[in-house]
Amino acid sequence: MLFNLLIAGVTAVVAEAIMLMLRKRAVTATLLDGSALLAGCLLALALPPLAPWWIPVIGSLFAIVIAKQLYGGLGYNPFNPAMAGYVVLLISFPLEMTLWPAAGNHPGLAATFTLVFSGSLPNGLPLDAVTMATPMDAVRMQLGLGELLTGLKEGPLFGLVGGAGWEWVNLWFLAGGLWMLKMRVIQWRIPVSMLAGLALVALVFHLYDPDTYASPLFHLFSGAAMLGAFFIATDPVSASTTPVGRLWYGFGIGVLTWVIRTWGGYPDGVAFAVLLMNLAAPTLDFYTRTRVFGQQDR
Amino acid sequence: MPEGKPSQAAPLPGDFNRLYRFNGGLRLAEHRAVSLEHPIRFAGVPKQLVLPLQQHIGAPAECLVRTGDHVLAGDLLADPVGQVSAPVHAPASGTVVAIEARPVPHPSGLPATCIVVDTDGENATGPALAPVDYCNTDPVELCERIRQAGIVGLGGAGFPTRVKLNRRHDIELLVINGAECEPWISCDQSLMTERATDVIAGIRILQHILQPQQCVLAIEDNMPSAGQALRTALADAGDTGITLVEVPAVYPTGGERQLIRVLTGREVPSQGLPADIGIICQNVGTAAAVHHAVNAGRPLLSRIVTVTGDGIHSPGNFEVLIGTPISDVVAAAGGYTDNVERLLIGGPMMGYAVHSDAAPVIKTTNCILAVSAETMPSPPPAQPCIRCGKCTEACPADLLPQQLYWYARSGNYDAAQDFGLFDCIECGCCAYVCPSHIPLVQYYRHAKTAIWTQEKQKQAADIARGRHEARMERLERIKQERQARLAKRKRAVTGKGDGDDPRKAAIQAALERVRQKKAQAEYTPANIDNLTDEQRRKIEAVDRRRDAGNGRKAGED
Repeated sequence: MLFNLLIAGVTAVVAEAIMLMLRKRAVTATLLDGSALLAGCLLALALPPLAPWWIPVIGSLFAIVIAKQLYGGLGYNPFNPAMAGYVVLLISFPLEMTLWPAAGNHPGLAATFTLVFSGSLPNGLPLDAVTMATPMDAVRMQLGLGELLTGLKEGPLFGLVGGAGWEWVNLWFLAGGLWMLKMRVIQWRIPVSMLAGLALVALVFHLYDPDTYASPLFHLFSGAAMLGAFFIATDPVSASTTPVGRLWYGFGIGVLTWVIRTWGGYPDGVAFAVLLMNLAAPTLDFYTRTRVFGQQDR
Repeated sequence: MPEGKPSQAAPLPGDFNRLYRFNGGLRLAEHRAVSLEHPIRFAGVPKQLVLPLQQHIGAPAECLVRTGDHVLAGDLLADPVGQVSAPVHAPASGTVVAIEARPVPHPSGLPATCIVVDTDGENATGPALAPVDYCNTDPVELCERIRQAGIVGLGGAGFPTRVKLNRRHDIELLVINGAECEPWISCDQSLMTERATDVIAGIRILQHILQPQQCVLAIEDNMPSAGQALRTALADAGDTGITLVEVPAVYPTGGERQLIRVLTGREVPSQGLPADIGIICQNVGTAAAVHHAVNAGRPLLSRIVTVTGDGIHSPGNFEVLIGTPISDVVAAAGGYTDNVERLLIGGPMMGYAVHSDAAPVIKTTNCILAVSAETMPSPPPAQPCIRCGKCTEACPADLLPQQLYWYARSGNYDAAQDFGLFDCIECGCCAYVCPSHIPLVQYYRHAKTAIWTQEKQKQAADIARGRHEARMERLERIKQERQARLAKRKRAVTGKGDGDDPRKAAIQAALERVRQKKAQAEYTPANIDNLTDEQRRKIEAVDRRRDAGNGRKAGED
């Protein structure tokens, strides 16, 4: 994870600097806005920690060069750069994108370093020894094999409410998100409506058939739910800008996330949901304009 | 605006205990104490007064004096032109030394025609208007007096007050605006504190003219001294029907539309006027000026101006003769400090920079703000808009400022108008909160001006097109009439048989006339010397045709 952050962050900043030079823009002043570093970090947070070094490099390059700078740089990109980079990686390198460490079995910093840069573990262990499917992936697979959720819940995959280990990560992201809300870095509409959308649709289906559909709490505290709600969907550039539009935007991400998680072919749906709602943002903006002071309702 | 009619709107609350709110707005640091330390001081009579012919919204006044004329204080210098205009008076006695373009306080920085008066220091007053007993005077006559006195809205817009008072029918509520909300500015507050009786007396005249069902005097809740003074004056005045209301100090509550919303919960229709919903709004300074004009017969010769900022040695409120150069007013306030950096007219939110302090104080000048670079550093370079939406939250007109910005920037003016560009009151809240430091209001002003220019051009083009079409129509008509006559004549000729003689005679007569005309005309074209044969033949052919045409016409006439 640490290496991912480092590699993705550095790549993103370097790529941004080169692109700015090519586009003949002010390099230092623009780099200081921190948006490139942020995109790199968000991408790194979404990547599996044991992925080889070139994964964050390619992801960052795509995010900055294609998803951001080719569209005109900060403020002009229609898609969330980090998520665009992530999705490209997920589609192009599905194997490398599953290298999540097994819960409670982290190989250690030095071993991770070797693994990330050489592709093999130092003591000759096979990769499978330290990686495992994420709880959400496992749940999907087991359900596909005809098992029931009630049985799975007692297995080692589940923690208190969400996936083992993942619920703590999500709790930390939740704490960070609440802090950003308090500091007014982000506004409440998108995260709240996204989590509400995710929880609502999960609740409906969970009540309908608890054996097939995981509980809202599982969904809220697994995968990238909290990271997505507070750190990714709140990217204002690619989101809707009107107050009501933001509610719909977040809600749409929540619902789509659940749909992709439940019925889609990928382990988590946040990235796809965000990109899909990025597409919808201009339309949402158009149909959710504010009533101007003194004008009649539209 | 079917729902905007007073009859269908919610009833007015009566006691105004319940206030409403508008979306957005900002709570800003006041910076008022510094200019309220001293009572109002008189800025003195300057050596020279510079009086722009346009100090108001509407047509510029028409100059009545000439260079060299001697004028007395109160003399009329320029007459209003048309309905929406205002006269200009001489604030002090002296000699007109020039009528020329001078720098004036205007965001454009362009000079405008001014009457320049060198004062003689005698301060001789001309024949004054007679005081009027307003209770026994017809409102129409009072309106005329207000027009004669040159009173315009002193809150900043400068709309001729008479025009606003014209719509006297169906006025439910008269709002007197003392909710001066922009930081640093305290001229209205000092006026209400020190001259509360003038304000109340003026309001009573306005009440008499408009006969509103109710009257509210609105001040902000951070003006305790003004509130105290007004309460005392109201108590002394007896039963006035004026309700004093303290509204929360949120910028821009002092905006007419926002204040009406706060007081009544009603919204002035977009592109409409408060009168459309039965409300008239007047500034407290305007009310005091009305009092002077009616009860004392004194036209608008001076106003109260806040001279403040950390670039001024002795900030305070000053009674300033209209036309006094800013430099003289600043001198009266102790002059500039050494670290003065920027000079603004108006407050930090809506004011504009002036580049020359030779520009005069005019009727709408409420504040002269001189600040150091530390107090008001020049904004950092603008960064890209990240659509964060902070401007939307701050906008008191419920607009989407970032969308307006995109449209204004890309020249998509139709979309900008569709998104309410002209509902923008240019309060500056959006630019104030913008994390990218984008000067949003400048984009909106630019777009508005561009649209106005386009519309003017379109109007001119429409007029030209109309003229062109009318001409084509006329030519077509003449042609058809001629053809009809020819056909008639032909029938007559074929009927008669030999009809050529009168026609030939007419042609001869016409040719004769042309020859005479040619002889009379001394003008010969300059370029007929080196003509080719081809050209000569063409000219001759044209001449023949023309002569034939003239002959035909002459024959018909």
